[in-house]
Amino acid sequence: MKNQIKQLLKSGKFMVGFIVFMSILLFITIYPFFVPGNPLQMIGYNSFIPPGTYLSLYDAVNPNVFVYTLRIPGAAEARIVNTLPMSDREAMRDWLVRAGMPEAAIDIYDPETLLALWNANYDPDERIEGMILADHRAYQRLNNRIQGMFDASALRLYSADPETGEPQFQAPITDTDYIALSDIVNIRRLPLGTDNFGRDMLKQLVQAIGVSLRIGLIAGSIATAIGLLLGLVAGYVGGWVDEIIMFICNLLTVIPGFVLLVLLAFSIGPAGRSVTIVGIVIGLTTWVWTTRAVRSQVLSLRNRDHVNLSKLSGHSLPRIVFKDILPYIASYVVMAFILQVSGAILAEAGLSMLGLGPSTTEVATLGLMMNWAMSFSAHIMGAWWAYFPVVFVIALISFSLNLMNTGMDQIFNPQLRD
Amino acid sequence: MSEPVKNPDDKIPDDFQAPKNSGDSDNPNDESDISTSSWERFRRNGYTRYYTKRTIWFLVTLVAAAILNFILPRLMPGDPLAAIMQRVAVGLHDAEQVRAIYYHYLQLFGLDRPVIEQFFIYFGNLFRGDLGLSFSRFPRPVSDIISNAVPWTIGLQLPAILTGWIIGNFLGAIAAYRRRIFDKIVMPASLFVSGIPAFGLAVILLAVFALNLGWFPVTGGYEIGLIPHFSWRFISSIIEHYHLPFWSIVLISIGGQALGMRSMSIYELNADYVRYSRFMGIKDSKIVRYVFRNAMLPQVTGLALSLGTMMGGAIVAEIIFSYPGLGTALLQAVREGDYPLVSGITLVITVMVLASVFLLEIIYGLIDPRVKTTQYE
Repeated sequence: MKNQIKQLLKSGKFMVGFIVFMSILLFITIYPFFVPGNPLQMIGYNSFIPPGTYLSLYDAVNPNVFVYTLRIPGAAEARIVNTLPMSDREAMRDWLVRAGMPEAAIDIYDPETLLALWNANYDPDERIEGMILADHRAYQRLNNRIQGMFDASALRLYSADPETGEPQFQAPITDTDYIALSDIVNIRRLPLGTDNFGRDMLKQLVQAIGVSLRIGLIAGSIATAIGLLLGLVAGYVGGWVDEIIMFICNLLTVIPGFVLLVLLAFSIGPAGRSVTIVGIVIGLTTWVWTTRAVRSQVLSLRNRDHVNLSKLSGHSLPRIVFKDILPYIASYVVMAFILQVSGAILAEAGLSMLGLGPSTTEVATLGLMMNWAMSFSAHIMGAWWAYFPVVFVIALISFSLNLMNTGMDQIFNPQLRD
Repeated sequence: MSEPVKNPDDKIPDDFQAPKNSGDSDNPNDESDISTSSWERFRRNGYTRYYTKRTIWFLVTLVAAAILNFILPRLMPGDPLAAIMQRVAVGLHDAEQVRAIYYHYLQLFGLDRPVIEQFFIYFGNLFRGDLGLSFSRFPRPVSDIISNAVPWTIGLQLPAILTGWIIGNFLGAIAAYRRRIFDKIVMPASLFVSGIPAFGLAVILLAVFALNLGWFPVTGGYEIGLIPHFSWRFISSIIEHYHLPFWSIVLISIGGQALGMRSMSIYELNADYVRYSRFMGIKDSKIVRYVFRNAMLPQVTGLALSLGTMMGGAIVAEIIFSYPGLGTALLQAVREGDYPLVSGITLVITVMVLASVFLLEIIYGLIDPRVKTTQYE
């Protein structure tokens, strides 16, 4: 046993899987301490807020915030470049083309050069041949708007008088005014944005990983317990007990587990489908593999010398099972358990996609998050942050567990080794 | 090879046959010396036994699946007619009238009879292909809804799973043979891909290729507004809509199959016959062919065993594309609490999986003649 663990620590595959899995566990344990609060609280009033850092505009324009003056070259251009609407860029291109510029030379996705071209070529008084007056005026207005963006004294801050509601002049805001980020109290980082309900995706994801792992653990434990028990009984007792157990096993091997899962989850009904129940249901449909593996191992162990010796010495059945048989099949059981955990996480996700997942509004699971994202068409809205991290996390968990399993397989199954 | 040395007593008959057997052939040609007629009988008998056993087993499983399908939905707490009553009783205020309608449906669906009687009616109907009436799309029979959806699901999944299986086996064999180059890439990649749920990959493909790049249409099995008929426009529309669901299933199945094939091939590469062939100086390409063929056998069984899971995943992936197959129908049935439809769909999925497994077993019997002897023991 000690030797095997030593070998495991040397196995690259196992260690990579183990480290990835442990990092996920560590992250979901630590993260809630840094960002406390209910993960399912709706903080956003817009749906699908993109990932980013959000600072309170109210706090930023508060007259009491200390204002620094910085003259940074290129700041005005950068601002215009960032805020120039697409429609204006197209209008600029149209004018430049009509003024005789080749269309290929103009790239409206490069606002900086577009602006430079415009400033170099546009002359408000020049009347291009064939252009109607309305268009001519429209381009003049466009130019005024663009030049207005360079105008530094464009903004003034007013507040409503508490009694009359009249606007009261508070302070001018010029383009050289800066405030320190540390002076703004209300900054919210949303590394993964929000979902359609305006809930912080990362916080939700952290909780969902925990809950999904719990489902995996429940399902894996139940499946392993049933599988181990039935496998031991079938292999050790044999006879008609073995036949019955193997008959059920063979049935459940061909009848797809997915179908049983759907039927069971549907039969329980939405009222009864808590997180635990879903875990139990998944566990009840996936024990067949453990049973088969344990049974075949027990069959070969049953007639080994040390077991026979134990029998002759008059040891009790539990003692034989625990001392002489279980240690030999422990590695198989652990490997099957790991696969069952990852399988259960995938199964929960699939069930939830069909609307058969845990019916709870208290917690999120990976499957439920996926289901919510799809129900509100996150993919069509272009809100990749609402589904991609979920898919990635599911794949990563299952990858790390499978890698651990493969690493163990190579150690306990010498024939697969290099 | 070492057998004659192991049992020195058997040497005598070997010596007698020495002129017949040429030198060091390890082929157990001795068996062909048994009279041909009895050998033929043995052979035929083995196959007959194998196929009879498999057929009986298939029928038993089918019945068991049908029984499970009958029992499990009836365990559902709450009123199965709630969904249909919600729909029908809109605007009815007279409690007496509502009760009359309720009773009418109770009789129509046979829910007022004892469970045992329902069970026999259910089986009798099954034989006639009658799966009852849908609750949510009321007068429509379940079998009608399902028979509309099944061709889409089969047409999508059968080619996709087979393609994935073939590509996966190929990659796995290469990964096993060229350990250093491919193993470092193919193996972790397959492991990662096989962990992605099919619907997850489907969403990503959809977002990238349909929404961002606009190469493929976003939803459905064919263009909205087209009436299914045999025309070039309709067929090309089907093909256009086919790509993304197809590739998402193929990519997912590649991963798992490549992994299985890889370990099977490594196992075979370490086998004695490979070493022996190497010592004999047989060409590498020929050995690879032997290895591939032997490693394929467990992969056929593997396909049969993983088929249920793969189809389950692929059925969920259909939902992402609103593909008009069983997955989308199942989602709607679940949402509406339509239990005749849910139970009908699960039964059809079971029958599809069972039939494919049965087919694979027949094929397996043909490509691996050992089955007849294992059954003969």
